[in-house]
Amino acid sequence: MGKVLMKGNEALGEAAVRAGCRYFFGYPITPQNEIPHYLAKRLPEVGGVFVQAESEIAAINMVYGAAGSGARVMTSSSGPGISLKQEGISYIAGAELPCVIVNMQRGGPGLGGIQPAQSDYFQAVKGGGHGDYRLLVLAPATIQEMVDLMGKAFDLADEYRNPVMILGDGILGQMMEAVELPPEDLSFKIPSKPWATTGAKGRTPNIINSLYLDPLELEKHNLHLRNKYEQMRKESMGETYKTEDAELVLVGYGSAARVAKAVVDQGRARGLKVGLFRPITLFPFPKDDLQKACCQARHVITVEMSLGQLIEDVRYNLEFKVPVHYCGRVGGMIPTTRDILAKIEALTNLQGEGEEV
Amino acid sequence: MLQEIILAGFGGQGVMSMGQLLAYAGLEENKYVSWIPSYGPEMRGGTANCSVTISDKEVSSPIITEPNTLIVLNRPSLEKFEGDIQPGGWLLLNSSLIDLEPRRQDINVFKIPSADIASEKLNNSRVANMIILGAYIQLIGAVSLESVVNALKKVLPEYRHDLLPLNRRALELGIELAQKAL
Repeated sequence: MGKVLMKGNEALGEAAVRAGCRYFFGYPITPQNEIPHYLAKRLPEVGGVFVQAESEIAAINMVYGAAGSGARVMTSSSGPGISLKQEGISYIAGAELPCVIVNMQRGGPGLGGIQPAQSDYFQAVKGGGHGDYRLLVLAPATIQEMVDLMGKAFDLADEYRNPVMILGDGILGQMMEAVELPPEDLSFKIPSKPWATTGAKGRTPNIINSLYLDPLELEKHNLHLRNKYEQMRKESMGETYKTEDAELVLVGYGSAARVAKAVVDQGRARGLKVGLFRPITLFPFPKDDLQKACCQARHVITVEMSLGQLIEDVRYNLEFKVPVHYCGRVGGMIPTTRDILAKIEALTNLQGEGEEV
Repeated sequence: MLQEIILAGFGGQGVMSMGQLLAYAGLEENKYVSWIPSYGPEMRGGTANCSVTISDKEVSSPIITEPNTLIVLNRPSLEKFEGDIQPGGWLLLNSSLIDLEPRRQDINVFKIPSADIASEKLNNSRVANMIILGAYIQLIGAVSLESVVNALKKVLPEYRHDLLPLNRRALELGIELAQKAL
């Protein structure tokens, strides 16, 4: 199959169907509406179910139920809607159920705006809801990558019995780009899930729950979850671009990384030794790859559409060995190559090293 | 080659589909392309716009702040975007609906009464956008007529393929008028 021009949200919807997703529960919010719009039409064609719930809270609890019965299930939303879903996401993580949650980020806090942002980074990578838990967080930068990561998201969710978040933004949702979809395999069977509540005839009942009133039992459960999050480390992924000799490394994910990549080429054309590190998994954070990409860097700059969220993880994962600076725009504004180049030039012209700019 | 185009007009004038056609035509020529709409709280009768990038390299941000080509079909769009065009860039405007003179002296301007021409010569005002797109093909040459026509075949559902000759004629008319003006 050749390349087609598709809107990010629609491509994501189609990729979910091709990954075996048959259930979607959601509630409308800009800029992700084309996902439910697309799946409302598409899922019935493959024997699936689409429900526009009465609220985000209802939608995520429908996801909880469907995931408990072993289905491949997905929901999507943006900023405020994802906040409403946090209680359910915590329950799903606590009950160890697989599902995929898409967040096409917009500016916040509160209702914020509807233009693209990356301001839900902390919420995505630090848990988001209550209790000690983590999501696996995937951050595509192109529509092709969004499509490619969809199948992986469902596979990882099943493998770890953990919710997986695809963290996009308004740009990736709204834009059209050339994409090649994976082939549609109607004979595809999702992995068997012996823990699922599928009717207990002839076997002992499976129980799906996140309530542990005995603190010793809950501690055991928490430690088991921690162990699982440790295991996830091997799933970390990142992309390096021209970092081999880079004295200055830009770090950014998603849409911001696209702009940063153009900056690397423009900077190189001016004789600046610039490179890019782009985390593809935000949790687990690709620590080793980041360190390797930055091993000879004198400065690191995070390029983000948030007010210094990614920078905290970059500093922490670089173990504070390299000065890390911030360059970003917020509120729905996109950093320009000009902004970032100005920041780079200010840093490279700097006399004293390690000085904060 | 890097073409960063903003297309703007009233909702219903076909700026979104014109942009998609351009992007698809670029894809036909194996270029990197992107298309992104403005998706603000638009109102009926208000202006709509989209940004299209056609490039030899990967597209960085699809959102364009300084276009090298601006195509405007109504007056509010001209007023909104004229100041953003890169010096030396192109402004294509539908003079049937725009009675305002562009202020910029450092850009190339092509005025075409595309709505009037569409009604008078093709008896269908709805292909006004195709006439101006034809002019774009001739003036900037980022994509060929054949690529746009091939793109049309993909974008139009099959039961609408009877509209292909009309659209092709409109594109050719735009090309001719731009040739004459040069």
